[in-house]
Amino acid sequence: MKRIVMFLAFTLVAIAMISAQGYSVGDKAVDFRLKNVDGNYVSMSDYPDAKGFVVVFTCNHCPYAVAYEDRLIELDKTYRPKGFPVIAINPNDPAAEPRDSYELMQVRAREKGFTFPYLFDEGQKVYPVYGATRTPHIFLLNREGNDLVVAYIGAIDDNYRDASAVEERYLANAIEALLEGRKPDPDFTRAIGCTIKVAN
Amino acid sequence: MKAVFLTLMLLFVVTGAHTQVPTMDFDQLKPRLSTEDDSLYVVNFWATWCVPCVKELPEFEKINEVYSDRKVKVLLVSLDNPRHMDSRVMPFIQEHNLQSEVILLDDPQSNRWIPMVDESWSGAIPATIIFNKNSRSFYEKVFTYEELENIVEAKLR
Repeated sequence: MKRIVMFLAFTLVAIAMISAQGYSVGDKAVDFRLKNVDGNYVSMSDYPDAKGFVVVFTCNHCPYAVAYEDRLIELDKTYRPKGFPVIAINPNDPAAEPRDSYELMQVRAREKGFTFPYLFDEGQKVYPVYGATRTPHIFLLNREGNDLVVAYIGAIDDNYRDASAVEERYLANAIEALLEGRKPDPDFTRAIGCTIKVAN
Repeated sequence: MKAVFLTLMLLFVVTGAHTQVPTMDFDQLKPRLSTEDDSLYVVNFWATWCVPCVKELPEFEKINEVYSDRKVKVLLVSLDNPRHMDSRVMPFIQEHNLQSEVILLDDPQSNRWIPMVDESWSGAIPATIIFNKNSRSFYEKVFTYEELENIVEAKLR
């Protein structure tokens, strides 16, 4: 009995350590409840019909994030009707980066005409659970039964600078794969981005 | 003729090494990310728009200066958009009077080359590799001067 308790305790510690480092593909993602730029709170459970979600950690100030705004709008327009809406989350602490304040998020969402919620990770509780390290950073979630399972982590495509020079649309390809019942390949990519800003 | 040559040389020295910053893709940069010689290399990935990068640049500059006679070389790899070379990168270098070598990496295929810099790099900057022919360390973080100094001292031993 003692051994079983020890084993369970060890397993829990191990799980806690793994989750502290964020999600890998195949992990179950937790829902969140964060304030949108319109003042309402948004959770993934508000979308019972969604087949999954494009959760993107992004922000106002980072040039790489800004470079992808138009592409995120296009992705949302294309894939929300197919069951994969975009949900954007600003993980930065405005005390460390004033340009990423909630008020300026509202301004940016209005200027760009975001078609998707743009949520503020108040208290920076969500991004560490997901393991986001930069903006922009994508976590594509796929509904499997009652769970939302991480299906792809990484970049939107292979050319931040020039949408017309993109050769591989990693995220779009990953969503298409899920829609066809396949696993995304690649399911993990990397891109340069801005660190998530934490106040000292 | 000799006078002209000397004047040109002098001009080059006075204005610093940064009258031009070379732009290259990752395959051209790659030979600079490992070594067979006896120097210690500190390679920092940064950009003018990256606030934490700009904040820590003086520490790298100081390493470059303090350890210049101990075979330590600092290379600053800018990830700025090459379109901003004249409008942002060069003015930044001049304004901050950067003395370390600067290269602009123009290679949007970051998913290909990020793991070639280091397998553990998520892609966030600043990021730094410190290496000599015997050892190599990667850091995805902002440095204080003391932290940099400790690593450099340890690797020089």
